[in-house]
Amino acid sequence: MEYKATKQGYADALKELGHENEKVLVMDADVAKATLTEQFEAEFPNRFFNCGVQEQNMLSAAAGLALEGFIPFASTFGVFATCRAGDQMRSSIAYPKLNVKIGVTHCGISVGGDGASHQSNEDIGMARTLPNMTVIVPGDYEESRLATHAAAKMKGPVYLRFGRDKYPVVPEIHGSFEIGKAKTLREGTDVTIITTGILVNEGLVAATTLEEKGHSVRVVHMHTIKPLDTEAVLKAARETKGIVTAEEHSILGGLGEAVAGVVAENHPCPVQRVGVMDTFGESGQSQELLDLYGLRAPNIVEKAMKIIS
Amino acid sequence: MLSKEKHELLRVKAKDIRREIVTMVHRANSGHVGGSLGAADIISALYYHVMRHDPKNPEWEDRDRFILSKGHCTPVIYAALADCGYFPKEDLLEFRRPGSHLQGHPYQPKTPGIDASTGTLGIGISTGVGMALGAKLKKQDHYYYILCGDGEIQEGQVWEAAAFANKYKLDNVIGFVDRNYLQTDGYSEKVMPMDPLAPKWESFGWKVFEIDGHSFEEIIDTIEKAKKEKQPVMIIANTTKGKGVSFMEGEAEWHGKPPGKEDFEKAMLELE
Ligand SMILES: Cc1ncc(C[n+]2csc(CCOP(=O)(O)OP(=O)(O)O)c2C)c(N)n1
Ligand SMILES: [Mg+2]
Repeated sequence: MEYKATKQGYADALKELGHENEKVLVMDADVAKATLTEQFEAEFPNRFFNCGVQEQNMLSAAAGLALEGFIPFASTFGVFATCRAGDQMRSSIAYPKLNVKIGVTHCGISVGGDGASHQSNEDIGMARTLPNMTVIVPGDYEESRLATHAAAKMKGPVYLRFGRDKYPVVPEIHGSFEIGKAKTLREGTDVTIITTGILVNEGLVAATTLEEKGHSVRVVHMHTIKPLDTEAVLKAARETKGIVTAEEHSILGGLGEAVAGVVAENHPCPVQRVGVMDTFGESGQSQELLDLYGLRAPNIVEKAMKIIS
Repeated sequence: MLSKEKHELLRVKAKDIRREIVTMVHRANSGHVGGSLGAADIISALYYHVMRHDPKNPEWEDRDRFILSKGHCTPVIYAALADCGYFPKEDLLEFRRPGSHLQGHPYQPKTPGIDASTGTLGIGISTGVGMALGAKLKKQDHYYYILCGDGEIQEGQVWEAAAFANKYKLDNVIGFVDRNYLQTDGYSEKVMPMDPLAPKWESFGWKVFEIDGHSFEEIIDTIEKAKKEKQPVMIIANTTKGKGVSFMEGEAEWHGKPPGKEDFEKAMLELE
Protein backbone atom coordinates (compact mmCIF):
# COMPACT_ATOMS: atom_id res chain seq x y z
CA MET A 1 0.00 0.00 0.00
CA GLU A 2 1.34 3.44 -0.97
CA TYR A 3 1.05 6.25 1.57
CA LYS A 4 1.05 9.94 0.71
CA ALA A 5 0.14 13.14 2.56
CA THR A 6 -3.18 14.74 1.65
CA LYS A 7 -1.68 18.14 2.44
CA GLN A 8 0.90 17.47 -0.28
CA GLY A 9 -1.99 17.21 -2.73
CA TYR A 10 -3.09 20.65 -1.56
CA ALA A 11 0.43 22.07 -1.90
CA ASP A 12 0.92 20.56 -5.37
CA ALA A 13 -2.41 21.91 -6.61
CA LEU A 14 -1.54 25.37 -5.29
CA LYS A 15 1.68 25.35 -7.29
CA GLU A 16 -0.21 24.27 -10.41
CA LEU A 17 -2.82 26.96 -9.80
CA GLY A 18 -0.05 29.47 -9.37
CA HIS A 19 0.90 28.90 -12.99
CA GLU A 20 -2.67 28.74 -14.29
CA ASN A 21 -4.30 31.69 -12.58
CA GLU A 22 -2.51 34.83 -11.51
CA LYS A 23 -5.39 35.78 -9.21
CA VAL A 24 -4.56 32.86 -6.93
CA LEU A 25 -2.77 33.94 -3.75
CA VAL A 26 -1.71 31.87 -0.77
CA MET A 27 -1.73 32.99 2.86
CA ASP A 28 -0.50 31.19 5.95
CA ALA A 29 -0.28 31.88 9.68
CA ASP A 30 3.22 30.77 10.70
CA VAL A 31 2.69 27.13 9.89
CA ALA A 32 3.76 27.19 6.23
CA LYS A 33 6.44 24.60 6.96
CA ALA A 34 3.74 22.32 8.36
CA THR A 35 0.90 22.97 5.91
CA LEU A 36 3.51 22.79 3.10
CA THR A 37 2.41 26.12 1.59
CA GLU A 38 6.10 27.06 1.86
CA GLN A 39 6.40 25.16 -1.43
CA PHE A 40 4.14 27.72 -3.08
CA GLU A 41 6.12 30.51 -1.44
CA ALA A 42 9.33 29.12 -2.95
CA GLU A 43 7.86 29.37 -6.46
CA PHE A 44 5.71 32.48 -6.07
CA PRO A 45 7.25 34.57 -3.28
CA ASN A 46 5.30 37.66 -4.32
CA ARG A 47 1.96 35.91 -4.16
CA PHE A 48 2.51 34.35 -0.74
CA PHE A 49 1.63 36.17 2.49
CA ASN A 50 2.73 34.90 5.87
CA CYS A 51 0.49 36.58 8.43
CA GLY A 52 2.40 35.43 11.49
CA VAL A 53 0.53 33.79 14.36
CA GLN A 54 -2.61 35.74 13.48
CA GLU A 55 -5.32 33.45 12.15
CA GLN A 56 -8.14 35.91 12.79
CA ASN A 57 -6.52 38.71 10.85
CA MET A 58 -5.56 36.28 8.10
CA LEU A 59 -9.13 35.17 7.44
CA SER A 60 -10.61 38.67 7.44
CA ALA A 61 -7.71 39.96 5.33
CA ALA A 62 -8.38 37.09 2.92
CA ALA A 63 -11.93 38.39 2.68
CA GLY A 64 -10.47 41.78 1.82
CA LEU A 65 -8.33 40.32 -0.95
CA ALA A 66 -11.38 38.50 -2.32
CA LEU A 67 -13.25 41.81 -2.39
CA GLU A 68 -10.41 43.14 -4.55
CA GLY A 69 -10.87 40.28 -7.02
CA PHE A 70 -8.22 37.84 -5.85
CA ILE A 71 -8.65 34.16 -4.96
CA PRO A 72 -6.88 33.74 -1.63
CA PHE A 73 -6.17 30.29 -0.22
CA ALA A 74 -5.84 30.96 3.50
CA SER A 75 -4.02 28.11 5.18
CA THR A 76 -3.54 27.03 8.78
CA PHE A 77 -4.42 24.06 11.01
CA GLY A 78 -8.11 23.08 11.06
CA VAL A 79 -8.51 23.81 14.73
CA PHE A 80 -7.22 27.37 14.40
CA ALA A 81 -9.29 28.28 11.33
CA THR A 82 -12.55 27.10 12.83
CA CYS A 83 -12.09 27.67 16.57
CA ARG A 84 -9.64 30.55 16.87
CA ALA A 85 -10.96 32.37 13.80
CA GLY A 86 -14.50 31.01 13.68
CA ASP A 87 -16.13 34.41 13.74
CA GLN A 88 -13.91 35.70 10.94
CA MET A 89 -14.85 32.62 8.92
CA ARG A 90 -18.51 33.26 9.58
CA SER A 91 -18.83 37.04 9.44
CA SER A 92 -16.07 38.05 7.02
CA ILE A 93 -16.27 35.12 4.60
CA ALA A 94 -19.42 32.99 4.77
CA TYR A 95 -22.01 35.71 5.35
CA PRO A 96 -20.89 37.99 2.47
CA LYS A 97 -20.24 34.84 0.43
CA LEU A 98 -16.74 35.84 -0.55
CA ASN A 99 -14.45 33.90 -2.80
CA VAL A 100 -12.07 32.76 -0.09
CA LYS A 101 -10.70 29.23 0.08
CA ILE A 102 -9.80 28.04 3.56
CA GLY A 103 -7.29 25.21 3.20
CA VAL A 104 -6.63 23.51 6.51
CA THR A 105 -4.27 20.72 7.50
CA HIS A 106 -3.65 18.75 10.73
CA CYS A 107 -7.31 17.76 10.97
CA GLY A 108 -8.64 14.85 12.95
CA ILE A 109 -7.14 12.66 15.64
CA SER A 110 -4.20 11.63 13.42
CA VAL A 111 -2.43 14.90 14.25
CA GLY A 112 -0.65 12.66 16.74
CA GLY A 113 1.76 13.89 19.41
CA ASP A 114 0.53 17.46 19.77
CA GLY A 115 -2.62 16.06 21.38
CA ALA A 116 -6.08 17.47 22.01
CA SER A 117 -5.17 21.14 21.63
CA HIS A 118 -4.31 20.56 17.99
CA GLN A 119 -6.64 17.68 17.08
CA SER A 120 -9.55 19.13 15.25
CA ASN A 121 -12.46 16.74 15.58
CA GLU A 122 -15.14 19.41 15.51
CA ASP A 123 -14.22 21.51 12.50
CA ILE A 124 -16.48 19.82 9.93
CA GLY A 125 -19.43 20.56 12.18
CA MET A 126 -18.41 24.17 12.57
CA ALA A 127 -17.79 24.73 8.87
CA ARG A 128 -20.87 22.80 7.79
CA THR A 129 -23.30 24.84 9.86
CA LEU A 130 -22.23 28.08 8.18
CA PRO A 131 -24.60 29.08 5.37
CA ASN A 132 -22.88 29.56 1.97
CA MET A 133 -19.90 27.39 2.96
CA THR A 134 -18.84 24.47 0.78
CA VAL A 135 -17.07 21.78 2.78
CA ILE A 136 -14.76 19.25 1.13
CA VAL A 137 -12.91 16.42 2.88
CA PRO A 138 -10.76 14.59 0.33
CA GLY A 139 -9.80 10.96 0.78
CA ASP A 140 -6.21 10.82 -0.39
CA TYR A 141 -3.36 12.75 -2.01
CA GLU A 142 -4.77 12.76 -5.54
CA GLU A 143 -8.29 13.63 -4.52
CA SER A 144 -6.87 16.48 -2.43
CA ARG A 145 -5.15 17.82 -5.51
CA LEU A 146 -8.32 17.55 -7.60
CA ALA A 147 -10.48 19.07 -4.88
CA THR A 148 -8.20 22.09 -4.59
CA HIS A 149 -8.47 22.70 -8.33
CA ALA A 150 -12.25 22.35 -8.15
CA ALA A 151 -12.41 24.81 -5.27
CA ALA A 152 -10.43 27.36 -7.27
CA LYS A 153 -12.85 27.01 -10.19
CA MET A 154 -16.02 27.58 -8.22
CA LYS A 155 -16.99 31.01 -6.90
CA GLY A 156 -17.65 31.28 -3.19
CA PRO A 157 -16.25 30.18 0.14
CA VAL A 158 -14.81 26.68 0.40
CA TYR A 159 -13.45 24.81 3.41
CA LEU A 160 -10.88 22.21 2.34
CA ARG A 161 -9.83 19.71 4.99
CA PHE A 162 -6.54 17.79 5.00
CA GLY A 163 -4.48 15.75 7.47
CA ARG A 164 -0.94 15.96 8.83
CA ASP A 165 0.23 12.40 8.26
CA LYS A 166 0.67 10.20 5.21
CA TYR A 167 -2.44 8.19 4.36
CA PRO A 168 -3.20 5.33 1.94
CA VAL A 169 -3.45 6.15 -1.75
CA VAL A 170 -6.84 4.90 -2.99
CA PRO A 171 -6.90 4.56 -6.82
CA GLU A 172 -10.69 3.93 -6.74
CA ILE A 173 -11.33 7.61 -6.00
CA HIS A 174 -9.05 9.05 -8.68
CA GLY A 175 -10.10 10.37 -12.08
CA SER A 176 -12.87 12.93 -12.05
CA PHE A 177 -13.95 15.17 -9.21
CA GLU A 178 -17.17 17.08 -9.00
CA ILE A 179 -18.06 19.10 -5.91
CA GLY A 180 -21.21 17.70 -4.32
CA LYS A 181 -21.17 14.47 -6.30
CA ALA A 182 -20.39 11.36 -4.24
CA LYS A 183 -18.42 8.48 -5.72
CA THR A 184 -19.97 5.02 -5.55
CA LEU A 185 -16.98 2.72 -5.24
CA ARG A 186 -18.82 -0.60 -4.83
CA GLU A 187 -22.36 -1.66 -5.55
CA GLY A 188 -24.27 -3.71 -2.98
CA THR A 189 -27.68 -4.34 -1.49
CA ASP A 190 -27.30 -5.36 2.18
CA VAL A 191 -25.67 -2.30 3.69
CA THR A 192 -24.05 0.94 2.58
CA ILE A 193 -20.83 2.33 3.98
CA ILE A 194 -20.50 6.08 3.45
CA THR A 195 -17.01 7.42 4.10
CA THR A 196 -15.39 10.79 4.01
CA GLY A 197 -11.76 11.83 4.14
CA ILE A 198 -9.03 9.36 4.90
CA LEU A 199 -11.42 6.71 6.18
CA VAL A 200 -12.29 5.78 2.59
CA ASN A 201 -9.62 3.10 2.66
CA GLU A 202 -10.98 1.66 5.92
CA GLY A 203 -14.42 1.61 4.31
CA LEU A 204 -13.17 -0.43 1.39
CA VAL A 205 -11.32 -2.86 3.65
CA ALA A 206 -14.44 -3.25 5.79
CA ALA A 207 -16.52 -3.94 2.67
CA THR A 208 -14.13 -6.69 1.59
CA THR A 209 -14.35 -8.29 5.04
CA LEU A 210 -18.14 -8.19 4.94
CA GLU A 211 -18.25 -9.54 1.41
CA GLU A 212 -16.07 -12.46 2.47
CA LYS A 213 -18.75 -13.18 5.05
CA GLY A 214 -21.28 -13.27 2.25
CA HIS A 215 -22.79 -9.79 2.55
CA SER A 216 -23.38 -7.43 -0.33
CA VAL A 217 -21.93 -4.03 0.52
CA ARG A 218 -22.19 -0.67 -1.19
CA VAL A 219 -19.40 1.86 -0.60
CA VAL A 220 -20.05 5.52 -1.23
CA HIS A 221 -17.26 8.06 -0.81
CA MET A 222 -18.69 11.43 0.24
CA HIS A 223 -15.82 13.83 -0.36
CA THR A 224 -18.17 16.80 -0.19
CA ILE A 225 -19.96 17.20 3.12
CA LYS A 226 -21.74 20.29 1.93
CA PRO A 227 -23.59 20.45 -0.35
CA LEU A 228 -24.29 16.83 0.57
CA ASP A 229 -25.15 14.45 -2.26
CA THR A 230 -28.60 13.69 -0.85
CA GLU A 231 -29.44 11.71 -4.00
CA ALA A 232 -26.71 9.18 -3.24
CA VAL A 233 -27.72 9.02 0.43
CA LEU A 234 -31.39 8.41 -0.33
CA LYS A 235 -30.58 5.85 -2.97
CA ALA A 236 -28.61 3.95 -0.34
CA ALA A 237 -31.46 4.32 2.15
CA ARG A 238 -33.92 2.88 -0.37
CA GLU A 239 -31.81 0.15 -1.86
CA THR A 240 -29.91 -1.21 1.17
CA LYS A 241 -30.95 -2.08 4.73
CA GLY A 242 -29.08 0.75 6.36
CA ILE A 243 -26.05 3.03 6.38
CA VAL A 244 -22.78 3.11 8.29
CA THR A 245 -20.97 6.45 8.16
CA ALA A 246 -17.23 6.70 8.79
CA GLU A 247 -15.25 9.89 9.39
CA GLU A 248 -12.13 11.06 11.19
CA HIS A 249 -14.19 13.57 13.15
CA SER A 250 -16.54 13.66 16.10
CA ILE A 251 -19.75 11.70 15.62
CA LEU A 252 -21.37 15.06 16.43
CA GLY A 253 -21.74 17.59 13.66
CA GLY A 254 -20.05 15.77 10.82
CA LEU A 255 -20.88 13.33 8.05
CA GLY A 256 -22.85 11.01 10.33
CA GLU A 257 -25.29 13.66 11.45
CA ALA A 258 -25.58 15.08 7.95
CA VAL A 259 -26.51 11.68 6.56
CA ALA A 260 -28.80 10.84 9.49
CA GLY A 261 -30.67 14.10 9.02
CA VAL A 262 -31.38 13.49 5.36
CA VAL A 263 -32.45 9.91 5.97
CA ALA A 264 -34.66 10.70 8.96
CA GLU A 265 -36.60 13.31 7.04
CA ASN A 266 -36.98 11.48 3.76
CA HIS A 267 -36.59 7.74 4.07
CA PRO A 268 -35.89 6.50 7.59
CA CYS A 269 -33.47 3.58 7.83
CA PRO A 270 -30.91 2.47 10.42
CA VAL A 271 -27.81 4.67 10.56
CA GLN A 272 -24.69 3.76 12.53
CA ARG A 273 -21.87 6.25 13.00
CA VAL A 274 -18.16 5.51 13.16
CA GLY A 275 -16.18 8.51 14.37
CA VAL A 276 -14.57 9.99 17.45
CA MET A 277 -16.99 9.73 20.38
CA ASP A 278 -17.92 12.97 22.11
CA THR A 279 -14.48 13.32 23.70
CA PHE A 280 -11.23 15.22 23.29
CA GLY A 281 -8.27 13.35 21.86
CA GLU A 282 -4.81 12.85 23.32
CA SER A 283 -1.17 12.55 22.34
CA GLY A 284 0.08 9.44 20.57
CA GLN A 285 1.31 8.28 17.20
CA SER A 286 -1.14 9.09 14.46
CA GLN A 287 -1.75 5.53 13.30
CA GLU A 288 -2.14 4.18 16.83
CA LEU A 289 -4.65 6.91 17.63
CA LEU A 290 -6.79 5.81 14.69
CA ASP A 291 -6.82 2.37 16.34
CA LEU A 292 -7.44 3.68 19.85
CA TYR A 293 -10.30 5.93 18.83
CA GLY A 294 -12.06 3.23 16.83
CA LEU A 295 -11.61 4.59 13.33
CA ARG A 296 -10.65 1.36 11.59
CA ALA A 297 -12.22 -1.19 9.28
CA PRO A 298 -13.18 -3.58 12.12
CA ASN A 299 -15.12 -0.77 13.78
CA ILE A 300 -17.03 -0.24 10.55
CA VAL A 301 -17.65 -3.98 10.21
CA GLU A 302 -19.02 -4.11 13.75
CA LYS A 303 -21.49 -1.32 13.06
CA ALA A 304 -22.48 -2.84 9.73
CA MET A 305 -23.26 -6.16 11.40
CA LYS A 306 -25.68 -4.39 13.73
CA ILE A 307 -27.64 -3.37 10.65
CA ILE A 308 -27.38 -6.62 8.75
CA SER A 309 -28.22 -9.00 11.60
CA MET B 1 22.34 39.12 45.28
CA LEU B 2 22.70 35.57 44.16
CA SER B 3 25.18 33.51 46.18
CA LYS B 4 27.85 31.52 44.37
CA GLU B 5 26.28 28.27 45.56
CA LYS B 6 22.84 29.28 44.42
CA HIS B 7 24.15 30.33 41.04
CA GLU B 8 25.84 26.97 40.65
CA LEU B 9 22.67 25.15 41.66
CA LEU B 10 20.62 27.03 39.04
CA ARG B 11 23.23 26.29 36.39
CA VAL B 12 23.23 22.59 37.19
CA LYS B 13 19.45 22.42 37.29
CA ALA B 14 19.20 24.19 33.93
CA LYS B 15 21.61 21.69 32.44
CA ASP B 16 19.66 18.75 33.89
CA ILE B 17 16.49 20.23 32.45
CA ARG B 18 18.14 20.56 29.04
CA ARG B 19 19.27 16.94 29.09
CA GLU B 20 15.76 15.88 29.98
CA ILE B 21 14.25 18.04 27.19
CA VAL B 22 16.42 16.49 24.51
CA THR B 23 15.79 13.00 25.88
CA MET B 24 12.01 13.37 26.09
CA VAL B 25 11.62 14.74 22.59
CA HIS B 26 13.98 12.17 21.15
CA ARG B 27 12.22 9.30 22.89
CA ALA B 28 8.73 10.48 21.90
CA ASN B 29 10.05 11.29 18.44
CA SER B 30 7.78 14.30 18.70
CA GLY B 31 7.82 17.65 20.46
CA HIS B 32 9.42 21.09 20.53
CA VAL B 33 13.05 21.07 21.52
CA GLY B 34 14.31 24.54 20.45
CA GLY B 35 11.92 26.77 22.40
CA SER B 36 12.20 24.49 25.41
CA LEU B 37 16.01 24.63 25.55
CA GLY B 38 15.92 28.40 25.17
CA ALA B 39 13.63 28.81 28.19
CA ALA B 40 15.51 26.45 30.52
CA ASP B 41 17.38 29.18 32.38
CA ILE B 42 14.20 31.17 33.09
CA ILE B 43 12.47 28.02 34.32
CA SER B 44 15.44 27.07 36.49
CA ALA B 45 15.50 30.54 38.08
CA LEU B 46 11.74 30.46 38.71
CA TYR B 47 11.40 26.95 40.11
CA TYR B 48 14.65 26.75 42.11
CA HIS B 49 14.83 30.30 43.44
CA VAL B 50 12.05 32.77 42.72
CA MET B 51 8.71 31.04 43.06
CA ARG B 52 6.90 30.30 46.29
CA HIS B 53 5.73 26.76 45.72
CA ASP B 54 5.49 23.37 47.39
CA PRO B 55 5.66 20.27 45.17
CA LYS B 56 4.07 18.23 47.96
CA ASN B 57 1.10 20.56 47.94
CA PRO B 58 0.43 21.53 44.33
CA GLU B 59 -3.00 22.97 45.16
CA TRP B 60 -1.67 25.32 47.86
CA GLU B 61 -3.77 28.51 47.62
CA ASP B 62 -0.92 30.91 48.30
CA ARG B 63 1.59 29.48 45.84
CA ASP B 64 2.92 31.51 42.95
CA ARG B 65 1.52 30.35 39.61
CA PHE B 66 3.36 29.67 36.39
CA ILE B 67 1.61 29.65 33.04
CA LEU B 68 3.30 28.29 29.95
CA SER B 69 1.50 30.45 27.44
CA LYS B 70 3.83 29.15 24.70
CA GLY B 71 2.28 25.79 25.42
CA HIS B 72 4.28 23.80 22.87
CA CYS B 73 7.33 23.98 25.18
CA THR B 74 6.04 21.35 27.63
CA PRO B 75 9.39 19.51 27.84
CA VAL B 76 10.97 22.36 29.79
CA ILE B 77 8.19 22.57 32.36
CA TYR B 78 7.62 18.81 32.69
CA ALA B 79 11.35 18.32 33.32
CA ALA B 80 11.34 20.95 36.07
CA LEU B 81 8.12 19.72 37.68
CA ALA B 82 9.37 16.13 37.76
CA ASP B 83 12.70 17.17 39.24
CA CYS B 84 10.96 19.26 41.91
CA GLY B 85 8.89 16.21 42.83
CA TYR B 86 5.42 17.11 41.56
CA PHE B 87 5.26 13.65 39.97
CA PRO B 88 7.67 10.71 39.51
CA LYS B 89 10.47 11.15 37.01
CA GLU B 90 9.43 7.89 35.35
CA ASP B 91 6.34 9.68 34.09
CA LEU B 92 8.60 11.55 31.69
CA LEU B 93 9.08 8.28 29.81
CA GLU B 94 5.43 8.54 28.81
CA PHE B 95 5.63 12.05 27.37
CA ARG B 96 3.24 12.34 24.41
CA ARG B 97 2.03 8.75 24.88
CA PRO B 98 -1.64 7.76 25.02
CA GLY B 99 -2.93 7.57 28.57
CA SER B 100 -0.08 9.72 29.94
CA HIS B 101 -0.79 12.87 31.93
CA LEU B 102 2.12 14.44 30.08
CA GLN B 103 0.29 15.53 26.97
CA GLY B 104 1.90 17.37 24.07
CA HIS B 105 0.49 20.62 25.45
CA PRO B 106 -0.19 21.44 29.14
CA TYR B 107 -3.38 19.99 30.54
CA GLN B 108 -4.13 21.44 33.95
CA PRO B 109 -6.75 18.89 35.13
CA LYS B 110 -4.28 16.01 34.85
CA THR B 111 -0.76 17.23 35.61
CA PRO B 112 0.21 18.27 39.16
CA GLY B 113 1.96 21.64 39.01
CA ILE B 114 0.40 22.74 35.72
CA ASP B 115 -1.67 25.80 36.60
CA ALA B 116 -3.47 26.38 33.29
CA SER B 117 -4.17 24.48 30.07
CA THR B 118 -2.60 25.98 26.97
CA GLY B 119 -1.58 24.98 23.45
CA THR B 120 -3.46 27.47 21.35
CA LEU B 121 -1.07 30.41 21.37
CA GLY B 122 -2.51 33.48 23.09
CA ILE B 123 -4.87 31.80 25.51
CA GLY B 124 -2.35 31.38 28.34
CA ILE B 125 -1.76 35.06 28.99
CA SER B 126 -5.51 35.76 29.01
CA THR B 127 -6.14 32.91 31.43
CA GLY B 128 -3.28 34.27 33.51
CA VAL B 129 -4.65 37.80 33.79
CA GLY B 130 -8.04 36.34 34.69
CA MET B 131 -6.45 34.29 37.47
CA ALA B 132 -4.51 37.34 38.62
CA LEU B 133 -7.74 39.33 38.86
CA GLY B 134 -9.26 36.45 40.83
CA ALA B 135 -6.37 36.58 43.30
CA LYS B 136 -6.92 40.33 43.72
CA LEU B 137 -10.60 39.75 44.44
CA LYS B 138 -9.60 37.21 47.07
CA LYS B 139 -6.96 39.60 48.48
CA GLN B 140 -4.15 37.09 47.92
CA ASP B 141 -0.60 38.25 47.43
CA HIS B 142 1.02 35.62 45.24
CA TYR B 143 2.36 36.22 41.71
CA TYR B 144 1.52 34.99 38.22
CA TYR B 145 4.53 34.28 36.03
CA ILE B 146 3.49 33.97 32.40
CA LEU B 147 5.87 32.85 29.66
CA CYS B 148 4.95 33.96 26.12
CA GLY B 149 6.71 33.26 22.86
CA ASP B 150 7.71 36.13 20.60
CA GLY B 151 5.76 34.52 17.77
CA GLU B 152 2.85 34.04 20.12
CA ILE B 153 2.57 37.75 20.91
CA GLN B 154 1.56 38.36 17.31
CA GLU B 155 -1.87 37.04 18.32
CA GLY B 156 -4.43 39.79 18.84
CA GLN B 157 -5.62 38.05 22.00
CA VAL B 158 -2.29 38.80 23.68
CA TRP B 159 -2.92 42.51 23.32
CA GLU B 160 -6.47 42.13 24.59
CA ALA B 161 -4.96 40.54 27.70
CA ALA B 162 -2.47 43.40 27.88
CA ALA B 163 -5.27 45.98 27.90
CA PHE B 164 -7.20 44.02 30.54
CA ALA B 165 -4.20 43.75 32.86
CA ASN B 166 -3.66 47.50 32.61
CA LYS B 167 -7.30 48.31 33.29
CA TYR B 168 -7.34 46.26 36.49
CA LYS B 169 -3.81 47.29 37.50
CA LEU B 170 -2.70 43.71 37.86
CA ASP B 171 0.63 44.27 39.58
CA ASN B 172 0.67 40.57 40.46
CA VAL B 173 1.41 39.68 36.84
CA ILE B 174 5.03 39.23 35.78
CA GLY B 175 5.24 38.19 32.17
CA PHE B 176 8.12 37.15 29.96
CA VAL B 177 8.45 37.40 26.23
CA ASP B 178 10.94 34.73 25.20
CA ARG B 179 12.59 36.93 22.57
CA ASN B 180 14.47 34.39 20.47
CA TYR B 181 13.48 36.00 17.16
CA LEU B 182 12.37 32.65 15.78
CA GLN B 183 9.01 30.96 15.21
CA THR B 184 7.76 28.07 13.04
CA ASP B 185 8.41 29.72 9.70
CA GLY B 186 11.71 31.34 10.59
CA TYR B 187 13.02 34.75 11.61
CA SER B 188 10.27 36.55 13.48
CA GLU B 189 10.95 40.02 12.15
CA LYS B 190 10.51 38.59 8.66
CA VAL B 191 7.38 36.54 9.42
CA MET B 192 5.64 39.40 11.25
CA PRO B 193 7.69 42.33 12.55
CA MET B 194 6.98 43.27 16.18
CA ASP B 195 9.93 45.52 16.91
CA PRO B 196 10.16 47.90 18.63
CA LEU B 197 8.60 45.66 21.22
CA ALA B 198 9.18 47.47 24.52
CA PRO B 199 7.20 50.60 23.55
CA LYS B 200 4.24 48.44 22.53
CA TRP B 201 3.93 46.95 26.02
CA GLU B 202 4.66 50.32 27.63
CA SER B 203 1.91 51.99 25.67
CA PHE B 204 -0.47 49.29 26.90
CA GLY B 205 0.34 50.32 30.46
CA TRP B 206 2.93 47.68 31.35
CA LYS B 207 6.29 48.29 32.95
CA VAL B 208 8.93 46.78 30.69
CA PHE B 209 12.39 45.44 31.47
CA GLU B 210 14.75 44.03 28.89
CA ILE B 211 17.26 41.40 29.98
CA ASP B 212 19.55 38.60 28.92
CA GLY B 213 17.29 35.58 29.38
CA HIS B 214 20.24 33.32 30.08
CA SER B 215 21.64 35.36 32.97
CA PHE B 216 20.36 34.13 36.33
CA GLU B 217 21.43 37.40 37.98
CA GLU B 218 19.47 39.49 35.50
CA ILE B 219 16.40 37.26 35.66
CA ILE B 220 16.31 37.29 39.45
CA ASP B 221 17.24 40.95 39.99
CA THR B 222 14.64 42.01 37.47
CA ILE B 223 11.91 39.97 39.12
CA GLU B 224 12.81 41.66 42.43
CA LYS B 225 12.37 45.04 40.75
CA ALA B 226 9.17 43.90 39.06
CA LYS B 227 7.61 43.07 42.41
CA LYS B 228 7.97 46.72 43.46
CA GLU B 229 5.97 48.00 40.49
CA LYS B 230 2.33 48.99 40.83
CA GLN B 231 1.42 47.80 37.33
CA PRO B 232 1.77 44.60 35.28
CA VAL B 233 5.33 43.90 34.22
CA MET B 234 6.66 42.41 31.00
CA ILE B 235 10.23 41.18 30.94
CA ILE B 236 11.58 40.95 27.42
CA ALA B 237 14.09 38.15 27.78
CA ASN B 238 16.56 37.97 24.93
CA THR B 239 17.32 34.31 24.42
CA THR B 240 18.85 31.90 21.96
CA LYS B 241 16.45 29.26 20.73
CA GLY B 242 18.06 25.84 21.15
CA LYS B 243 20.48 27.21 23.82
CA GLY B 244 23.00 24.67 25.05
CA VAL B 245 23.15 22.48 21.96
CA SER B 246 25.45 24.17 19.47
CA PHE B 247 23.88 22.82 16.30
CA MET B 248 20.37 23.74 17.45
CA GLU B 249 21.20 27.27 18.57
CA GLY B 250 19.49 29.90 16.46
CA GLU B 251 18.26 27.31 13.96
CA ALA B 252 14.57 27.56 13.03
CA GLU B 253 14.47 23.94 11.87
CA TRP B 254 14.78 22.76 15.50
CA HIS B 255 11.48 24.40 16.43
CA GLY B 256 9.44 21.24 16.15
CA LYS B 257 11.81 18.61 14.80
CA PRO B 258 12.67 15.72 17.11
CA PRO B 259 16.35 14.79 17.18
CA GLY B 260 17.12 11.38 15.72
CA LYS B 261 19.59 8.97 17.32
CA GLU B 262 22.73 10.64 16.02
CA ASP B 263 21.71 14.19 16.85
CA PHE B 264 20.45 13.03 20.23
CA GLU B 265 23.81 11.52 21.10
CA LYS B 266 25.69 14.59 19.86
CA ALA B 267 23.42 16.85 21.92
CA MET B 268 23.82 14.77 25.07
CA LEU B 269 27.62 14.89 24.75
CA GLU B 270 27.43 18.69 24.68
CA LEU B 271 25.21 18.68 27.74
CA GLU B 272 27.57 16.50 29.83
C1 LIG C 1 -3.21 29.90 17.79
C2 LIG C 1 -2.08 29.05 17.34
N1 LIG C 1 -1.65 29.15 16.08
C3 LIG C 1 -0.64 28.37 15.65
C4 LIG C 1 -0.06 27.47 16.48
C5 LIG C 1 1.04 26.56 15.97
N2 LIG C 1 2.34 26.94 16.55
C6 LIG C 1 2.89 26.24 17.54
S1 LIG C 1 4.34 26.89 18.06
C7 LIG C 1 4.26 28.13 16.90
C8 LIG C 1 5.34 29.16 16.82
C9 LIG C 1 5.61 29.79 18.13
O1 LIG C 1 6.71 30.61 18.09
P1 LIG C 1 7.14 31.37 19.41
O2 LIG C 1 5.94 31.89 20.09
O3 LIG C 1 8.17 32.36 19.03
O4 LIG C 1 7.72 30.20 20.32
P2 LIG C 1 9.24 29.73 20.55
O5 LIG C 1 10.10 30.40 19.54
O6 LIG C 1 9.59 30.16 21.92
O7 LIG C 1 9.23 28.24 20.41
C10 LIG C 1 3.09 28.00 16.15
C11 LIG C 1 2.71 28.92 15.08
C12 LIG C 1 -0.54 27.38 17.80
N3 LIG C 1 -0.05 26.51 18.68
N4 LIG C 1 -1.54 28.19 18.20
MG1 LIG D 1 10.15 32.55 19.29
